[in-house]
Amino acid sequence: MYGGGNTFEAIKAEGLEEEDARKMAEFEGRIAQGEKIEPDDWMPRLYRQQLIRMIEQHAHSEIIGALPEGTWITRAPGFRRKLALMAKVQDEVGHAQLLYSAAETLGKSREEMLTDLINGKSKYSNVFNYPTYTWADSCIISWLIDAGAIVNQMANSKGSYGPYCRALERICAEEAFHLKYGHDSVVYMATGSSIQRQMVQEALNRWWSQIMTFFGPSDKLSVHTETLMRWKVKMASNDECRQQYLDMYVPKILELGLTIPDPLLKKNEDTGQWEYTEPDWDEFRRVINGDGPCNAERLGVRRMAEERGAWVRLALKNPTAKYVRPLA
Amino acid sequence: MKEEAIKDLLYKIADDQLILGHRNSEWTGLGPILEEDIAFSSMAQDKIGHSLAFYTLLHELGEAEPDLLAFSRSATQFHNSQFTELPNGEFDYSLIRHFLYDNAEAIRFEKLSHSGYEPIAKVATKLKGEIKYHVLHANTWIRNLGSSTEEAISRLQNSLNSLMPYALGMFELSVYEQVLIDTGIYAGEEAIKEEWLTRIQQVLASTELTMPDIPSQTPMLGGRYGTHTKHLQPLLNEMAEVIKIDPTAEW
Ligand SMILES: [Fe+2]
Ligand SMILES: [Fe+2]
Ligand SMILES: [Fe+2]
Repeated sequence: MYGGGNTFEAIKAEGLEEEDARKMAEFEGRIAQGEKIEPDDWMPRLYRQQLIRMIEQHAHSEIIGALPEGTWITRAPGFRRKLALMAKVQDEVGHAQLLYSAAETLGKSREEMLTDLINGKSKYSNVFNYPTYTWADSCIISWLIDAGAIVNQMANSKGSYGPYCRALERICAEEAFHLKYGHDSVVYMATGSSIQRQMVQEALNRWWSQIMTFFGPSDKLSVHTETLMRWKVKMASNDECRQQYLDMYVPKILELGLTIPDPLLKKNEDTGQWEYTEPDWDEFRRVINGDGPCNAERLGVRRMAEERGAWVRLALKNPTAKYVRPLA
Repeated sequence: MKEEAIKDLLYKIADDQLILGHRNSEWTGLGPILEEDIAFSSMAQDKIGHSLAFYTLLHELGEAEPDLLAFSRSATQFHNSQFTELPNGEFDYSLIRHFLYDNAEAIRFEKLSHSGYEPIAKVATKLKGEIKYHVLHANTWIRNLGSSTEEAISRLQNSLNSLMPYALGMFELSVYEQVLIDTGIYAGEEAIKEEWLTRIQQVLASTELTMPDIPSQTPMLGGRYGTHTKHLQPLLNEMAEVIKIDPTAEW
């Protein structure tokens, strides 16, 4: 799912002047040469903070993203789709596991991160604050949201922090299967019976604005990201990702006979850029700050899972346990 | 007669796996730790995949397509034990069911891998390796949690006590029991149950959990003959919710 790279709070490039100038120069030099930064290496505080926030948000997006799709596992139509969707959602939870481990190398524990998720202190991809009304919504997510995630994640896998890059490489390989599954399930509906075609068109209509906001606010509205670009924390601007995505997927959507619910969407042949109706960024901000159709439900489910599982985690920690756990 | 007996055997195995796989899959996104979320999902995929293998054998014997068998029968046509259809409850309940069920299934598959009916023997041989991992997973967790905190131990003990009558229902005899045994197709439920009790007892003995008294239990029977709890039909309705929107369409 979601590839990080867009954190939604303003970045304050503060405290940089307090960093050791010589170490900073060496650090920036290594990054400029394409070297990876590893957990034990020196790094500026801002770099560490920003990476934790980004990787953590990415991990949260994987487990929260498992909810709107996971709810369709028990209802998936037929063995083939059911088995594929189960495997896909399982992968997403596995991605969360990989990413929490990557973030832990920077000094924040998985438990602290999950606590911050439940408290609403740390964010996750905003698209999951919208509901999946029908099976078709889950297919659209598997195809077109995962496609967006790949664009993001491919860019970020070329970033500077070693553990995150390595996690992303594994994740991208699996995402390619998700995309295949998602595309196939949409193809069957878009070329299927009239009921199916209507279902999938309606789902696309519902999800288009979420797809357009997936890469984060327009560069015009975005906060200053020069430092993060130089440090290869952020690898491509939001608008660059969005343009690349539209180039790749608009033709594929239209090819299926679906219509995209934006009358202004077209490629300007002179500039080579897509033009579109600007998404409602006010709504985006409102929703990401808690006031969306599913925010309370998603966090509520997560909180319930954490609370109901508390005794298990406690029992695993119990030092008086007689049984010696196998190492594997 | 023999073919009817084989079909009866295939149905109960396939239905058990489909229904328990469905229940396991309901843990997706809700596990107590991410690793268990992944483990339950993985076992659910195996179970549902195994049920598909057995529905395919049924189809080869002239029954309907696997998708139809799974997605369009009503509760009274299902042969799963009531044990598999009970709602998940809390993690201790699901874990105890997993432990009791998979130990039985491992034995069933070991025996089936020597079945005189070649197609079953082939499938069982192929799948029994996966079930071994399910048993390893269950036994490890029972050993772990079964000698950990007071809360964990008492939760597991309560679940064990309330699930045991349902677990014994897994071994409900078929009307074809004797035919299957005589023809060397199946070892029969009694033989599997005896071995199961020994294995369960062995694992529990290494924990602070107590094996419930078996002779005084009343097994919850009926599942193999289409009598189910109130929980099965809603589960099946949910499973068919999308396919029913347009049953003739390809999804
Ligand atoms: Fe995803
Ligand atoms: Fe993912
Ligand atoms: Fe994905």
